Amino acid sequence: MNRREFISAVSAISMVAIVPTGALALSDAQAKSLVEAAVKDINKVIGSGKSLSGKIKDFERIFVKYGDVAIIARSALGPDARSASKSQLNTYTKAFQGYMSRKYGRRFEEFVGGRIEVKTARKVKSFHEVKTTAYLQGEAPFAVNFLVSDKSGKPRFFDMVIEGISLRLTEKEEIGAMLDKRKGNIDLLTQDLKKAG
Amino acid sequence: MVWFVSACASEQAKQAVGGTYDPFEAENRGTHQFNKDMDRWIVDPMSQGYGKSTSGGVRDAFGNFASNLALPNDIINNILQGELDSAVQNTGRFAMNTIIGLAGFFDPASDVNMPRVEADFGQTLHVWGAAEGPYVEMPFLGPSNSRDAVGVVVDIALNPFIVILQDPQQYVGIFAYILDAMGNRYEYDAVIQAVLYDSADSYAQARSIYLQNRRFDLGMSAEDLYSDPYSDDPYEDF
Repeated sequence: MNRREFISAVSAISMVAIVPTGALALSDAQAKSLVEAAVKDINKVIGSGKSLSGKIKDFERIFVKYGDVAIIARSALGPDARSASKSQLNTYTKAFQGYMSRKYGRRFEEFVGGRIEVKTARKVKSFHEVKTTAYLQGEAPFAVNFLVSDKSGKPRFFDMVIEGISLRLTEKEEIGAMLDKRKGNIDLLTQDLKKAG
Repeated sequence: MVWFVSACASEQAKQAVGGTYDPFEAENRGTHQFNKDMDRWIVDPMSQGYGKSTSGGVRDAFGNFASNLALPNDIINNILQGELDSAVQNTGRFAMNTIIGLAGFFDPASDVNMPRVEADFGQTLHVWGAAEGPYVEMPFLGPSNSRDAVGVVVDIALNPFIVILQDPQQYVGIFAYILDAMGNRYEYDAVIQAVLYDSADSYAQARSIYLQNRRFDLGMSAEDLYSDPYSDDPYEDF
């Protein structure tokens, strides 16, 4: 190891010591405040009375601001993500972002007159679960839980679980099916995603 | 019956909790296609007709009526599971909605914070320790698992409205159930359309959504249900 390598190794170690990484750094309070900010934004969109395309744009903005789009997209791609090139993955993630925004932004139509309330936050495994309750007109309240981690470098949610149904796992199933239809070709999948949702 | 379920369960025990155990996938996919055809040609058009010819208030009333008729069965299962608080609450709810809610068309019990505590025999089997068993898609009734499918049969056989009361009342229950199902199909049309008709594999979507929601309803813990995407694919790859 030459001197330059040694210096960068030492600085890397000291950086790791100075900058806390991983779940230990994220507190219940931080996870809860991330979700509170996201929910405040979401409630505003629900009550905005905008057109569908306006709501979809808003959903995309919220998704990117508070969610870890990269890890959700990568997780949905499954093991095939390992064999993808960096540029393939980037193009795919962009297409995935648009697809998710259209597909779930549309669901906001059903939320008119409703609101979400943040309840509790606690540590589960290596991340945090923030529980919220959604109140829609004419329906029993239902659970919407956000899973939050700072492993991306910043606190972000990596999943939204509605009455036990995980957005990430459900999309993993669906993207897997779409990829099977294209015989494992990620580029063709990316094309399909640009039009889907 | 419980032995049959446990035999299936030992097979499934080989799978991790929270995974997908679907050894009957080929048959299930056939049933799924049948259910989809039924939905497209019969259930969806009928529910659209029902939805468009009634108001939300009328549909809610029929929904309330059907839910109310389900309470005696809930109570039996509450007791079998040892959930006596729930049994008492459901009994109070049934009395209140039947008498003050005019045979159950109205739901004053929810306004005084006595919501329904749903319970079915599949859930009772779960509480007694029976594992899910293989995934099953049932004709008409849709996604289930082998344990819960047995549960449905027992629920029908034990339903007080069928066992204790005589002929006319049991037909009322079936009509109420069908109208309630039509109402739900109409209300949730957008989501059902998206899952059944817009997805790349509606069978896999329905299976995934059903299993996740059922496990949640049965109160399985977050530890069992949640997985960590950062540990499957190390984030350093970015």
